[in-house]
Amino acid sequence: MNKTLITFCCLLVTCLLKAQKIDLFEEAKKESAKADSNKTELTTATFKSTRLINGHSVETTKKGLLDFRISHRFGRLNQGLYELFGLDNATMRMGMDYGITDKLTIGIGRSTFQKQLDGFMKYKLLAQAKGKNNFPVTVTWVSGIMIKTIRETDPAQKRTTAEKTSYVHQVMIARKLNEKTSLQIMPTLVHYNLVPLENDPNDLFSLGFGGRYKISKRVSINAEYYWQLNKFKGYYNSFAIGVDIETGGHVFQLHFTNSTGMTERSFIHETTGYWTKGDIHFGFNISRVFKIKKQAIND
Amino acid sequence: MKKAGYIFLLCTTLIATVQAQKVFQTKAGKIKFFSTAPLENIAAVNNQVDSKIATNGQMVFMVAIRGFRFENATMQEHFNENYMESDKYPKASYMGNIINLSDINFLKDGIYNATTIGDLEIHGVKRKVTTAGIIEIKSGKLYIKSIFKIKLADYNIKGAWIGEKIAKEIEITIDCKYD
Repeated sequence: MNKTLITFCCLLVTCLLKAQKIDLFEEAKKESAKADSNKTELTTATFKSTRLINGHSVETTKKGLLDFRISHRFGRLNQGLYELFGLDNATMRMGMDYGITDKLTIGIGRSTFQKQLDGFMKYKLLAQAKGKNNFPVTVTWVSGIMIKTIRETDPAQKRTTAEKTSYVHQVMIARKLNEKTSLQIMPTLVHYNLVPLENDPNDLFSLGFGGRYKISKRVSINAEYYWQLNKFKGYYNSFAIGVDIETGGHVFQLHFTNSTGMTERSFIHETTGYWTKGDIHFGFNISRVFKIKKQAIND
Repeated sequence: MKKAGYIFLLCTTLIATVQAQKVFQTKAGKIKFFSTAPLENIAAVNNQVDSKIATNGQMVFMVAIRGFRFENATMQEHFNENYMESDKYPKASYMGNIINLSDINFLKDGIYNATTIGDLEIHGVKRKVTTAGIIEIKSGKLYIKSIFKIKLADYNIKGAWIGEKIAKEIEITIDCKYD
């Protein structure tokens, strides 16, 4: 009797243990679902390039990468066939951006327009994220300096470097709504050390709006508009529309815009072209990224 | 005496059952992949592979695609955005069984050849694959190593540079140490 009982108990325990036998596949599925709900995924590639069109996007140059950028804006389309619809004339900006960290970028550039020199620092303050620590937008700060170095035609009007300098500060707030669509707004302040007229303000505020829509994995349509809240007389708001084409290490940006300059003071506050009059410039930016420092892969 | 023998038999059954349930696991497994193409060689490493192996022969791998690190950050971004579509398919997984389980003694130090059959899911495509590798048991720890190849077309991975800068067949190296 006793023996039967022991046998029975032991068998029962064995059976119970067997019943508890681990099924890794089921366990893994459960754990994976649990892990997913605990995870925070940072949003990447809100835009293909660090520039929307004329101005900055929230994207920064990744650590150790050097982004060499050449941008052209041709003449106005309404110049007609004689000027080959503006293609006979071009202004250019050549620049280099370098990623010190994944979040911090510095850059310099030189434009033929007013022979401007420019430099900027850009920092990604907050990143859009989904999952456990949800955050709706990416926020990037950029501050830059622009110096006109073109000689004054009238020697009597000679200006000091300080007088020819202006500054820009922008906060860019962007949200990648889905795989294809991203939107950005950018409150902007441009400070001029010297303004054209006595009563002109030194601090000019504007609000930029922009976005992109991906029509394929490698091609997107971009648009950018800067609304001037206060402005110098005789200048218009800047609007640009174009496409981004990505091929390996290059991004080609082709666009139409009413602005000639490619620095913030020039395109936001010194745009003389008016879209409906046909003062439209064809332009492009070419970005080529070089790997200066390898990313550690902890092999 | 007869009774003692009886209990002994039952106990060994118990122990055997308990032992059959041992699970080796890691959250820091390593998976590398390597692509050799006419224009370029590309390598990437993921050091945060979540994997478990049970002595019943079951084997599970969970791999976050965004966990693969490249030397070139631009390549890494293109890998996630253009090829793997990591937003849509954030994970790759493998669930398989060791089919020559009888050749492996998980209690004894040694190097064993293992063959597994299971479902490999990459880029949302699940395929049955057979892979071979080695299992090493060394003082209670388990190591595995396996090298195999996959065809990108099998997993519906498409992109402009496949064939030129990116090989059509990618070599995958599994190198994991379990506790």
